[in-house]
Formats: sequence, C-alpha cells, structure tokens
Amino acid sequence: MGSTLIDGLFVFMLAAFIGFEVIKRISPLLHTPLMSITNALDAIAVVGAIVLVGRHESRTALILGMLATIAATSNIVGGFLITDRMVKMFKSSRPTKP
Amino acid sequence: MTAFAGSQAFIGLVYLIASALFILALKWMNAPPTARRGILAGEIGMVLAIGGTLLQLGIDGKLEHIAIDYQWILVALAIGTAIGVPLGLVQMTAVPQRTALSHAFGAFCVTLVGTAEFYLGTPSIPGFKMSVLCVEVILGGLTVTGSLMAAGKLQEVLPQRPITYKGQNFVNLALLASAVIMAVYLVHNPGATHLYPVMVGIALIVGVMLVIPIGGADMPTVISLLNSYAGLSAAAMGFVLNNKLLIVAGALDGSSGFILSVIMSKAMNRSFTNVVFGAFGQVAASAAATQEARPVKSASPEEAAGILAAASKVVIVPGYGMAVAQAQHKVRELYDALSKRGIDVRFAIHPVAGRMPGHMNVLLAEADVPYDRLMEMDDINGDFPQTDVSLIIGANDVTNPAAKTDQSSPIYGMPVLDVEKSHTVMVIKRSMNPGFAGIDNPLYYMDQTLMLFGDAKVFVSNIVKELSSTHS
Repeated sequence: MGSTLIDGLFVFMLAAFIGFEVIKRISPLLHTPLMSITNALDAIAVVGAIVLVGRHESRTALILGMLATIAATSNIVGGFLITDRMVKMFKSSRPTKP
Repeated sequence: MTAFAGSQAFIGLVYLIASALFILALKWMNAPPTARRGILAGEIGMVLAIGGTLLQLGIDGKLEHIAIDYQWILVALAIGTAIGVPLGLVQMTAVPQRTALSHAFGAFCVTLVGTAEFYLGTPSIPGFKMSVLCVEVILGGLTVTGSLMAAGKLQEVLPQRPITYKGQNFVNLALLASAVIMAVYLVHNPGATHLYPVMVGIALIVGVMLVIPIGGADMPTVISLLNSYAGLSAAAMGFVLNNKLLIVAGALDGSSGFILSVIMSKAMNRSFTNVVFGAFGQVAASAAATQEARPVKSASPEEAAGILAAASKVVIVPGYGMAVAQAQHKVRELYDALSKRGIDVRFAIHPVAGRMPGHMNVLLAEADVPYDRLMEMDDINGDFPQTDVSLIIGANDVTNPAAKTDQSSPIYGMPVLDVEKSHTVMVIKRSMNPGFAGIDNPLYYMDQTLMLFGDAKVFVSNIVKELSSTHS
C-alpha cells in the first residue's frame, strides 16, 4: 500500500508541476475555453464509473455507476463541444496563416 | 495470471498515451491558432482511454469468469451524450452558469463513484484507501452543492445578493472540521456505514454555506476555486482506484483552477487565504451614507457619436453590463463603424470583468471582434494618456479611480483600468445607481466624463446609426 501511495504522489506532483508551467503560459484570452476543456478532461473519471457499471457487483454500485457515467459523459460531450465552438470564434484581424 | 498482468500493462500503456495527449491538449490551448489542435488531442486521449477501459473490462471479465454489463454502459453513455449535446450548445452569455453546472456534474460523478467504492469495500477498507476516499467524497460533495448554488445565482433562479451573518467563517470551519473528524473515525472503523452518509451530507451542506455569501462580482474567483476542488477530488479518486490517468487529469484540472483563482484574487486585491476561506462578498456597504447629489454631465447619442468620430484613438471597456444587455454585437458594429473611419479602436479587458475568467473575450470573439484588438489590463494601462475617448460599457468597479486614491474605499488597492487619464471618458449606464458592490465611482463626477444614460444595446446602436447616417 505504501508504495502505491508514493507512486501516486509522484505522479500527482509531476502532473501538478507540468500543469502549473503549461497553464501559466495560456493567454487570458482563452481562460474561459481553458476552464471548459479542463472540465471535459477531468470527466475522465468516467472510466471509474464505467468499471462500476460493467462489473455490476451490487445493485447500489450499478445505479451509482450509471448516474456517475451519465454525469461524466455529459461533461465530456458538452465540454469538448462548447470549447470547440468558443475557440472557433477567435479570429485575428491579420491573416496569420503562413 | 500472466494474461491478467498483460491486460494491466495494456491499459497502463493506453492511459500513459492518454495522459500525454491531455498535457499536449493544454499546451496547445495557450494561443488561438493552436487551440483547436489542443481540443483534438484531448478528444483522442479521451476516446483512447474509454475504449481501452471497455476492452480491459472485457478481458478481465473473461479471466475472472464474470459477465460484463455492456448494455448498461452503453445506455449510460447514450443518456450522457443526450444531456451533453444541449449543454455544449448553450448561448455564449450562458457560459458562466454552464461552467458552474459542469463543475457540479464532474464532482457528482466523483462523489458517486467514491460512495459506491465505500459500500462495495466496507467493512474491510485499508486505511490508506479509506482516507483518500474521504478526501474524494468531502471535496466532491461540497463542490457539487457549491457549484449548483453558483449556477443558480448566475442563472438568477437563486437570489444573487450575498447572504452574510456573524460567525459565518466559524460555522463553515466547524462543519468542515466535523466532517474531517468523521473521516478520521471512518478510516479506523470502515464498517461504520451509518456515519458515512452523515459525513457526505455535511460536505453537501458546507458547499451551500460556502457559496451563500458570494455576490456576482466575486463569481470569477469562486468558479475558479470550484474548478480546482473538482480537479482535486478527481485526483483523490485516482488514488482510491490506483488510476494514474485520473491522478494526472485531476492534477491538471486542480492546478488550472488554482492558477485562475490566484489570478482572479490578485485582480480583486484579495489575499489567497481570503479566497480559500471563502471570505468574499463582505464588502462594507458604508458608501451609501456619503451619497449627495453631485452634478454629472450627460450626453445624447448624437453628441457621443460626434465625439467618437472626431477621435483618433478609442478604447472600449466592456463589463458585465454589456453581457446582461446582450450588447456585444452592437459593440462590434460600433467597432466596425469607427475602424472604417481609420480610428484605432481597442478593447481593455480587466481580468475580473464579467462573471468568469475570460468572459468578455469570449463574448467579443463571438461578435467577431478580432482577438488582437482585445488588450489585457497591464498592456493597455500605459496607453490611456494618449487615448482620446474611453467608452465604458457596463463596467463599474474595474474603472473606479477610488481604488488607487481613497484608502477608505472597500476596493482600495484593487488594480483598475486608468481610464480617467484619457482625454474624454464616456460611460454607458442605466442610471446613477451605484454598481453591484454599492460603491460610488468618483469617475462619474470628473470634468472629462460624460454619462450616457440608457440601455447599453440601445445606446450603442443609436451611436452606430448616427455615425453611419450623418458623419460619413
């Protein structure tokens, strides 16, 4: 158990550092789409919910898993959709295509 | 068990690739030209992870001789998609409440999975797993109700006025502390199934209590903070399930929300501890006492159009009022009309203008204003002395010079746009009522200031009409 915790903390620490460095560079122009895409990515929690539903270990687990899968899937679909719509709207006055 | 180990290695590899794609997605989100590539990377990562999970579920099911309920998974995925599509197609003005709602959904998923894991594992859950599980459901639970409260306030189905009472922070901390004490007890006695719902219930109450004192002007900070909590609860879930991809995604989301809340709190001159403990919205309502009828100068759309037409540099300062009046398209028409005359028009965007980070940028981009015309506060503040006209549309506190000069002002020290340094200031405003925070704005009484009273959308469209008919 101890090594699982340490492994997890290693991953968490490195991902948090990468997150800080990457997100610091994001233009304030895109802070709203940033929040909607991180929301969609965060909904990767759906994999835990899917396993609960698929294994069907108890009726409670099935129902909770179903609800969780529904909530997370709607975040994935809606999150990517609205991020794409927002990002598409950002146009430059200078043609920047090479 | 080699086949089992093989399936573990397979899913590990898939999750590793998905993690890399998620990081690339955020990296490419840094600027508009590459942002769509970032979304694609995120989508591919997501599809890989879900596909890999479904495949592994089947392999494990065969190895362990248990039937996998694929039909229920598909039903849930289909319902989720049916809910997600309309949520992805909401109007741009509704994005703040949609975002708050999706924080609630994300945290809801995490809390439910944690709860299911608890009831499957009780009464023999190892201490380490139980402690991260408690972190997961406490953070998740308070994010669910907190985000629903925020969404309700933004959608105006709940009263928007901040509700404050004496000892608010004490009550919140006491509630949180009692949840933590129950968590500690549960870690030592994971069979205490009667205590678990009480702990989750308290977390849900804490979420409500945290957002009750929040007013509209503080929403950008709160939404960012809830974003961070949602991410951290997902990361905790990754610890519970020993799923590294979840830890990575949760850490990325958590740090993103954290950075945004720091930026927002700096832009409101609040310390970070002030934000973490939810002590927002407590703006002293003392300013009302000093209200006396001071003279202001007002102008008609015709006069405003004349002044704008004679300018060579114009800066437009949008605020939440522009979003409320849905005036962004008319503002674009004004931008077009002025640009056509060779007038240099730029937009000054304060970090906390609107109800969430980047709110104004999205609305103006929706109205087809080119994004290189949208300037951050620090980049444009030096240019105000060379600006002929600053046109303020529905913004108040972010332009208030009292933040720089009046130590008794509740917003003293908050970085603001230096609009009063421009030659002429025009303010579109419904009436002289002070803004949301109830703070009077000395800008309105200055010599170079003209008040344009009326609805933002109507007034801007009248200016545009005037510009296109008489002056061209």
